[in-house]
Amino acid sequence: MTDPRIAVINERLKEVNNIIAVSSGKGGVGKSLVASTLALTLAEENYKVGLFDLDFTSPSTHVILNVKNVYPTEKNGVVPPEIHGLKYMSIVYYSGEHVSPLRGADVSNALIELLAITRWNTLDFLIIDMPPGISDATLDIIRLVKRIKFLIVTTPSQLAFETVRKLVNLLSELNIPIIGVIENMKMKESRFIREQTEKKGLKFWGEIPFDYTLEEAIGDVNRLSKTKFMERIKEIAEANINKI
Amino acid sequence: MHEWALAEAVISTVSQLAEKEGLNEVTEVKLKVGELQQIELDVLKFALSQLKTSKLLKNARFDIETVKAELKCRVCGYEWIFRKEKIDEDVAEAIHFIPEMAHTYIKCPNCGSPDFEIVRGRGVWLESVKGVK
Repeated sequence: MTDPRIAVINERLKEVNNIIAVSSGKGGVGKSLVASTLALTLAEENYKVGLFDLDFTSPSTHVILNVKNVYPTEKNGVVPPEIHGLKYMSIVYYSGEHVSPLRGADVSNALIELLAITRWNTLDFLIIDMPPGISDATLDIIRLVKRIKFLIVTTPSQLAFETVRKLVNLLSELNIPIIGVIENMKMKESRFIREQTEKKGLKFWGEIPFDYTLEEAIGDVNRLSKTKFMERIKEIAEANINKI
Repeated sequence: MHEWALAEAVISTVSQLAEKEGLNEVTEVKLKVGELQQIELDVLKFALSQLKTSKLLKNARFDIETVKAELKCRVCGYEWIFRKEKIDEDVAEAIHFIPEMAHTYIKCPNCGSPDFEIVRGRGVWLESVKGVK
């Protein structure tokens, strides 16, 4: 018995130049906000961009971008709708407001299905909002999506970086490229994350100060684009994206 | 036309397997299609007939067997068969695209838990590929 979907996944992604998995060692570090604002920033720079929310058990990018009343169209598979200048795909088109109580194997199966049927066509960047940590889904995405590159988000906490260290070790063992590390929610001066990142031979993309206005901007893309958070994302993207 | 994407996946996989087995011509492909995904068989068959254009596949016969979707509750052990007629159209469509959405919308008829196993009959599986070397 063979699963026919596997063979077609990289065919679906062949016209995508860069596949960036925004990942974290643990939840709650701002991974989805980084993924969403990075995608918006690149779209504003006139790149062709897709955002793929693969955090199936806790999807949230649709809330950040206020995605409502749009759905993929069917054309020899499914074509993601365009919203705020980027092609957007998420399981919420199918689960709506309901909870999706999926076990690991079910998450794997669902993500293989979406990878196999979604037609991105030509993109400069596909930004993937990954599930947090090292799960079945993370391992499947690494296994199935060739050419994937990781951008890792952490907070200044040594607890967050401890989980990053493990994720980095795994990715290094599997020869998966890591393009950089972003330090989010910075509250005081410290070189700990920068030094630890560089010690692991990785590129430190930059730090984002804790932004008290960010919460109120969630769901309002115009407001979001004026936050200090997104300003920093723009600066960080500008300084690093052409070097990946 | 989600079936078209799945047909493409079947054709790619059969081509890869045939190449690996050193086949010059594929004669028979056996597919199993689970009822949970509610694939339109006529559309799938049409897509396969349109996509099997390569020299390797042009004479291949696609034998498609449908498999009932058997679900088993992990909490109380109750087993039941998925029936499309018992669910709303929107829910049926969500499950058609991503069969795991069954866990979002369907509950165990005995205890109400969404924690059940899809024992068999989920989606499209390639059973065997036969041909001549």
